[in-house]
Amino acid sequence: MELATITYIVVGLTFAVYMAIAIAARAGSTQEFYVAGGGIHPVANGMATAADWMSAASFISMAGLIGISYNGYGGSVFLMGWTGGYVILAMLVAPYLRKYGKFTVPEFIGDRYYSDTARVVAVICLILCSVTYVIGQMKGIGVAFSRFLETDYETGLYTGMIIVFFYAVLGGMKGITYTQIAQYVVLILAYTVPAIFISFQLTGNPIPQLGLGSTLAGSDTFLLDKLDRVLLETGFKEYTTSVRLSTLNMFAYTASLMIGTAGLPHVIIRFFTVPKVRDARKSAGYALVFIAILYTTAPAVAAMARLNIMQTIEPSPGQHVLIEERPQWFKNWEQTGLLAIQDKNADGRLQYVADPERNELIKLDNDILVLANPEIAQLPNWIIALVAAGGLAAALSTAAGLLLAISSAISHDLLKSTFYPSISEKMELNASRCAMGLAVLGAGYLGLNPPGFAAGTVALAFGLAAASIFPALMMGIFSSRVTREGAISGMVVGLGVTLFYVFQHKGVMFVAEWQFLPGLGKNWFFGIEPNAFGCIGAAVNFIVALGVSRVTGEPPEHVRRLVQEIRIPAGSVAAPAQH
Amino acid sequence: MSELSEAQAKEYWKRNRNLMIRLMIIWFVVSFGCGILWVDTLNLIQVGGYKLGFWFAQQGAIFVFIGLIFYYVVAMARLDREFGVEED
Repeated sequence: MELATITYIVVGLTFAVYMAIAIAARAGSTQEFYVAGGGIHPVANGMATAADWMSAASFISMAGLIGISYNGYGGSVFLMGWTGGYVILAMLVAPYLRKYGKFTVPEFIGDRYYSDTARVVAVICLILCSVTYVIGQMKGIGVAFSRFLETDYETGLYTGMIIVFFYAVLGGMKGITYTQIAQYVVLILAYTVPAIFISFQLTGNPIPQLGLGSTLAGSDTFLLDKLDRVLLETGFKEYTTSVRLSTLNMFAYTASLMIGTAGLPHVIIRFFTVPKVRDARKSAGYALVFIAILYTTAPAVAAMARLNIMQTIEPSPGQHVLIEERPQWFKNWEQTGLLAIQDKNADGRLQYVADPERNELIKLDNDILVLANPEIAQLPNWIIALVAAGGLAAALSTAAGLLLAISSAISHDLLKSTFYPSISEKMELNASRCAMGLAVLGAGYLGLNPPGFAAGTVALAFGLAAASIFPALMMGIFSSRVTREGAISGMVVGLGVTLFYVFQHKGVMFVAEWQFLPGLGKNWFFGIEPNAFGCIGAAVNFIVALGVSRVTGEPPEHVRRLVQEIRIPAGSVAAPAQH
Repeated sequence: MSELSEAQAKEYWKRNRNLMIRLMIIWFVVSFGCGILWVDTLNLIQVGGYKLGFWFAQQGAIFVFIGLIFYYVVAMARLDREFGVEED
């Protein structure tokens, strides 16, 4: 059967499943819409959290980021950063917010800091990080469709929007949770199956995590040693030791991704869906298990696919492949623009080297490692179709989680809690459906007309969450002394310095012409790159908030009692006093 | 549920906090320590085809993270029972 036909069948089947779930899991109350009724089993929630968490970037781009852009060891920042945050979530965030037992993150910040202003500032921070994040997912949907189903980008995006619209508007968190579970199954199969084949082909060991540390099949050479040598010979740095910029930068990068993870609202609200505090702890653990299956496979895919590409181009030392004889998958992906070659020295052969003057593989997109992996390993067509369905599942599940975070912030925190408290539950449910519909349309619009900053978006979302929301949550839980003035000024200043550093490097709203203060030089703050700056923003937030709190008195009695109550699993949290 | 006295609540929180501090130290050591700060030294040790520092950064830290969370789950369940604050 033709590849396109199989792909349509596999993707069509997965979409039919998502639709069926949407119809079965309609939401009938605001509690179901915002937190899926609060009765999700911790294992199920762990699976849904894993799908919620692993975005188009994790699925399609991460292996390439590690294997190509960050040249191996440097890419460890993503592996440790995007998993280590779950330890923080499990111990320092999720149990206490679950005990507090409400619907949204800004709601906690508003109550804990006894202030509508704090709530609105938190909503703004939430919308900034979630919207920047969702643009990347919408683009991922459009790109996955256009590459695998040969539709144009717009058709792909519209199809994705219709699917998300259907189950997110009907089912809210309830519909999203059950579809995310299905999407997790699809995406993890799609990621691990090709990896198992490739690991087996290269090393004889079918488990990628072990294959990465094994010898190459039929030789005594370790795979990583071979990759190190091949890269050194072509002028690249050694794979297993090449640091990203500097040790300090790697430290800051990892820290920023970790605390960004623990401050992203669409992840935190998943822990509101389990029945008990101890379920919140447990489901963070299960979530990390499900995430780790992909995250420990990714470095194997990165190294193995990189080695495969190097060896395709230079099968034996000094013997470069004839451009005429390059494999079919190479030609296929040239058409998409992800690969491009140029025979600079006109010898009819392809050279891939670090030196940009002599390098003839002039375009090697990060996404190619995962997308072309099955073809490079000559796997059957149904696996290629599965990868397409997996990429779409990853993008859809994350997009839905983000859209729920955005719409509940609008309908619950802005409408119900701040501007129109007398609204009835039924009206709020309708309002949340409208907000969800508008959020889908808005995200679709941004996906169709990506602003100049779409390229840098996901990294920015982590920086913003780390610098604004994470410190406010930490201080809200671990201190009863931080005041509303302290928290608000901390969030505003933390967000401000992070945006300043990022925009100063990359231009305001990522428009390159709008860079400012070029005299400061690149990465002027101790050599830390803008993507790694979130932890500095967070530190500034903590310092400002604690400093301001010292001179603005004490929080009222009921707030100090709230802080005590969320620390003990049993009992209920008293309703906050009207303010 | 059983109400905790103020002293009991303090004691519960102190025990929870000490547990978190111990586990977060391990969290720091395996990732920022073994994976970043001491990576060159650990890379001198070879385990199979892996340099040890590289292994911590790309595999080991993640496995330890999982262990830490489940240890915390079990230890906290015990603490909750001891203080009678588990939810029914």
